This record gives sequence, C-alpha cells and structure tokens, in this order.
Amino acid sequence: MDNYEIVIKSKNKWYDLQLKEVFKYKDLIKLFVQRNFALIYKQTVLGPLWLVLNPLVTSVVFTVVFGQFAGLSTNGMPQFLFYMSGNTIWMLFSSAVSGTSSTFLNNAHIFGKVYFPRLTVPISQMITSIINFLIQFAMLLVIYLYFLFTGAENVYFTPYILFMPILIAQTALFGTAIGVIISSVTIKYRDLAVAAGLILQMWMYLTPIVYTLETVNGVLRTLLLVNPMTSVVNNFRYCLAGNGEFLTVPWVYSIVFTVIVAFGGIVLYNKMEKNFVDSI
Amino acid sequence: MKPIIEVKNLKKRYRLGVIGTGSLANDLKSYMAKIKKKEDPNTLIGQEQRKKGDSFMALNGVSFTVNKGETIGVIGSNGAGKSTLLKLITRVTAPTEGEIVLRGRIASMLEVGTGFNGEMTGRENIYMNGAILGMTKAEIDSKLDDIIAFSECADFIDTPVKRYSSGMYVKLAFAVAAHLDSEIMIMDEVLAVGDAKFQKKCLDKMLDSAKNDGKTILYVSHNMATVKQLCSRCIILNEGKVIFDGDVDKAIEIYLGAIGSDTICADLSDSPRFEGRVPTVKLMSYQILNKDFSVFDNKDLIKMRFTVKAFETVENAMLRIIIKSSELAVVGAVTSNKNINVEKGKDYTFETEMDLSNLASGKYIASFVVFSVTDNIVEEYDSITDVFFFEIEEVKRDNGQWHSHWLGHTIFPDMKIEKV
Repeated sequence: MDNYEIVIKSKNKWYDLQLKEVFKYKDLIKLFVQRNFALIYKQTVLGPLWLVLNPLVTSVVFTVVFGQFAGLSTNGMPQFLFYMSGNTIWMLFSSAVSGTSSTFLNNAHIFGKVYFPRLTVPISQMITSIINFLIQFAMLLVIYLYFLFTGAENVYFTPYILFMPILIAQTALFGTAIGVIISSVTIKYRDLAVAAGLILQMWMYLTPIVYTLETVNGVLRTLLLVNPMTSVVNNFRYCLAGNGEFLTVPWVYSIVFTVIVAFGGIVLYNKMEKNFVDSI
Repeated sequence: MKPIIEVKNLKKRYRLGVIGTGSLANDLKSYMAKIKKKEDPNTLIGQEQRKKGDSFMALNGVSFTVNKGETIGVIGSNGAGKSTLLKLITRVTAPTEGEIVLRGRIASMLEVGTGFNGEMTGRENIYMNGAILGMTKAEIDSKLDDIIAFSECADFIDTPVKRYSSGMYVKLAFAVAAHLDSEIMIMDEVLAVGDAKFQKKCLDKMLDSAKNDGKTILYVSHNMATVKQLCSRCIILNEGKVIFDGDVDKAIEIYLGAIGSDTICADLSDSPRFEGRVPTVKLMSYQILNKDFSVFDNKDLIKMRFTVKAFETVENAMLRIIIKSSELAVVGAVTSNKNINVEKGKDYTFETEMDLSNLASGKYIASFVVFSVTDNIVEEYDSITDVFFFEIEEVKRDNGQWHSHWLGHTIFPDMKIEKV
C-alpha cells in the first residue's frame, strides 16, 4: 500500500473530475441502481407496469387534446406514434433531471457521515433513468412496428436509426448534467428545487413534442433551435420513422452544448460537494 | 517509513448564523460589491468589516502525524474540534486551510449504520453499507459469513432491517465496518452502543486488528476507560488546537484537570440536564465551604452548600452525589440522611457534610441527583451529570502506597485481626 496516497486539501484543481475514483466504486453504483428499482416498486400493485403505463396514458391524452381537439399537425404521421415518440425521449430527459436535481438534499444524511465519490449518486440515477427508458423504448418500437407493417402513411424505416444510441446517450447525459447543476445550486437557493418542476414543464412546451418544428417559422423557429432539446426530439422522431427533416447543424450544436454543460456540471458538483455539509 | 496520517496546520472555519443572505439578489449585490471593492450593501449597521460573516474556527492549526499500527485516542471537551477533525480526515467536508496526507484506506465508523435502508434486508444492507465504505462486491462476498457471524443476527439476516431492534441494527452495522480491509479505522464513540458483552467483543476486535493486522486506529471518545484500554497514544484538543500529544495516562490527567479546575463553587441553573429534562426541584448552585480548592485530604470532611429552587411542592426529597473515577467509572454514591420537604415557589439553602475517607487518592467527578422514593418507586426531580470535579490527595499510609489501578478506588476500614 506504499503507493496509496491521498492528499486532502481545501481545493482540488477545478478540471480534476475525479472520474477514476468514481470507477473504483462501480459496485456501489450497481447497488444504488438496484436499490432505486427495488424501492420505487415496493408496495405497489402494478409494479414496473407503471413504467409503460405512464407514457401510454400521456400519449393518449395528447392524441385526444392536441391531435383531435386542437388538430395540431403531426406531419402526416399517425398521431399516437408522433406523441408517443416525443413523450418517450422527453421522459428520459425529464426523469434524468428530476432524478438528480435533489441529490444533495435527499442524501444529506449520508453525505454528512461518510465519504464516497458523490458522483456515484447522480450516475446511478442516470443509469436508472436509462433502464426505465429502454423499457419504454421497447414498447415504442412495438407500436412503431405495428404502424410500419400495417402500412400507415408517413411511417418509414430509415438507416438513420443507427444514430439512436447517440441521441439516447446525449439526452441522458444532458438531463443528468442539468439535474446535477440544479442540485448544486439548491444547496444555497432552495427556490430552485421548487421551481425545477415548473421549469421542466415550460421546457417541454418549448420543445417540439406536441407540435412539429415545421409549423413554426421566423424568429420563433430560431428561438426553438437554440433549445438543445429541439434537435434531439426532432431527430429522434426522424431516426425512428423517417418523417420530417433531419437537423444536422442544430444537432452538432446541441451535442457541443451538452458536453460543455456536462463538464461544467461535474466541475460545479465537485466544488459544491467538498463543503456542502457545512451549508445545507 | 512514511507516517500513515500526516495532518499539517489544519484549519476549518465555520460561518455562524444563517447561511447566505437568503436571496439570490442580495447575494449578487454582495458579490458585485466585492468585485468593485466597495462596501457590502448587506453588512448590518454597526457591524465591523473584519467581523463580517461572523466565523468561528473549529480547528485552528492542528498538526500531528500517526505511524502505522498506532492506536491514537483523541480527547477533548465538547466543542474542542474532535468531530470536525474526524470529518476532515474522513473527507466528509473539506478543510479551510492546511492539508491531510493519508497513506492507506480509511474506514470510518462515525455513525454506524449510515446508509442502511429500512426496506432492505440485513444481507442487502451489508452489501450496500460495505460498498459505501469502499469495499467491492467480491470483497464483501468473501467476508459475508464472518460479518454475519460477528453481528449475531444470522437468524434475521433476510428480514428487512426496519424490523430489527436498535441493538441488532447497531451490531450489524458495526460488524460490516469492523471487517473492512482498511489500514486506518476511525471511530467516534461507536463502542457506546450495544450491550456490555458486545462492547467487549468490539473492543477485543479492535485491539486484535491493531496488534495483529497492523491497523491504525483513531478513536474519539469521552469514555476514558476505553481510551485507556485501546490507545497507545493520546491527543488532547482544546479550542481547535492540540494542547497535548503523548502518553495516555498523562493525557487523561491533563484532560480531567483542564475541565476540573476552579470548581469550588458553580452556578448550576444553566447546566445541561440529563436528556434535557426540566427539573422540578432545581439545584441552583453549590459551594465548597471548608476549602479554597477542590482538593481534599481523605481525612477531611467535605462541606458543601447547595441552593435549591422548588417549582413544585415535594415531600421527602433527598440529595444524592454519585462519584465517578477519572475513567468515568462509577465508584460509589452518597445519599443525604434526612428527607427534605420543599414548597412550590420557594428557595432553600442546605449545608451538607460528607465523609469520603474511604476514597483512594485520585481525581473524581461527581454528579448530583435530587429524588424521592415512595413505595420503592424512585422519582427524579433534578439530575446534573459530571459537574463537580475534585481531587483526593495522596496520604501516607503505614501499609504502603495505595495504587488504585490495582486496589480500586475504595479503601475499606482496616481489617481487624482478632487472634494471632
């Protein structure tokens, strides 16, 4: 153990993300993920069925409200598939945000007593969100295949589907980064914990989930494209059913944005983590 | 070989009062003022600049080194900085200045059972707790049987821990922590839990791992008896500084001396009560009448005056003084010979006299209890623990020096030999 040496100082170098240490605790991450699943569905009747029920019901509501009553355009795509695909990818994002946005507040009692790399908690939340998403995604695929084989209009198969993993990884990372930033700021300003839900809801309407980007023109369209989630949701739909247009430049921007936010989020999180016990 | 723990000029500042100004707008104003080097608009009127943000140094320049295999006791009165030191070493929070170098893995038992989840079974919690403390799954697998055996909870290991008794809970948690493959173990009063048998088992386990596995132990406690038993060296903290570092016996003496000086009279009205109870017949003060220092010859009678305020009318109240040795083990107790009747709302003064000639020389700590007994039921009216410090001086004896380490703290009257 001669080579083992830790130096504890008041500050670390800001660019030191301490990811190596996180990797050493991979078993802990695995256990956290298991615990997340075990605890959510304990003492529920339907259990994991809720996972699938949630986007289904939302999509049905959207189909009725936005599709039937409001008659919003879906680019000719079957309305249910349109809303379902938007909802599924958005739920990944929103669950990544909400799952991590109260990390410090919820774990204050553990963090205050024992040290382990704090990033393990949001990372395990992110993995939980991804697993949840994959279950929902499987259902989306089933619905998509149903429409594809029944020959529904404007539902195609496209090789762009190979971009799917990147889109999914990016969404999970972006959502987690946003959540981590919120959790770091809420140490001092609790307001954000309350506001997070509202922000997420507004954000959803600023993302083409219930409408298509094509129906928006001018300044508003540019404004929507500033939102990094716009190209993600749009491209997710395109990769699934080959409908609409594939946004290349906005997506590259969105990926760069994600990387910057993720890096900044981790730096901020690591900085707050060192002393948060004293101020929470 | 390099020391396993090096603490260099460690400082930790805490801010007093409310954190932040409470609003983002005000914080931004303060921040902008700082940048522009102007006066902070949020400074309270009359508040001096250097006192801004009222801070307090929990640790103020602590340095020491620990070598591999040492068992170090850290003692000090409440607020001396013991817990802060442990929090910094275990990386729960970061130092304000200075640094700590650790050359080994740390297992902390600051609060056993941290991370236990009531819904999960004992076995699941062992894995979870082990992983939080830094073990891999493979390591836990290989030690699972030992851990379960040590915890004495084998029959309940697949039951959710929310159904455990608090004793079982602690035993399980300690078992996990004690089986960690770490070079450094940090313990904060963990041995104060569980029954006496389990405490002994834990202590033996600690001693064993220090001696045979070369583990380094940092032990923080108020229990001088266990410090004496476990530690090979002792550090005394006082107001955020190391005031002594060395021999255990000497350290305990200094520690008790430091908190026990000048106690011939004291105001008890604000002393903390046992478990925060509100006294109904309240001891307000005590004073030693026949000495200028609380040092007695064992031929002396100790004369004391107590003042009492009655918040209730009580009949047949008694006063008891419980005496503990410097290791905080109870030596004995003295109870008043007369019952006292007090009336609600009145103040009383009592002068007492006690004969402690059977007490061996040494330092002692006394607690006061006001109580009554009716039909064998004891009712307590006030109880103040460990408030009165005194010393019994060494007296020359015909039958040799009295070593309380071997002979105990009580000297019974000499045995009479009737026939030869």
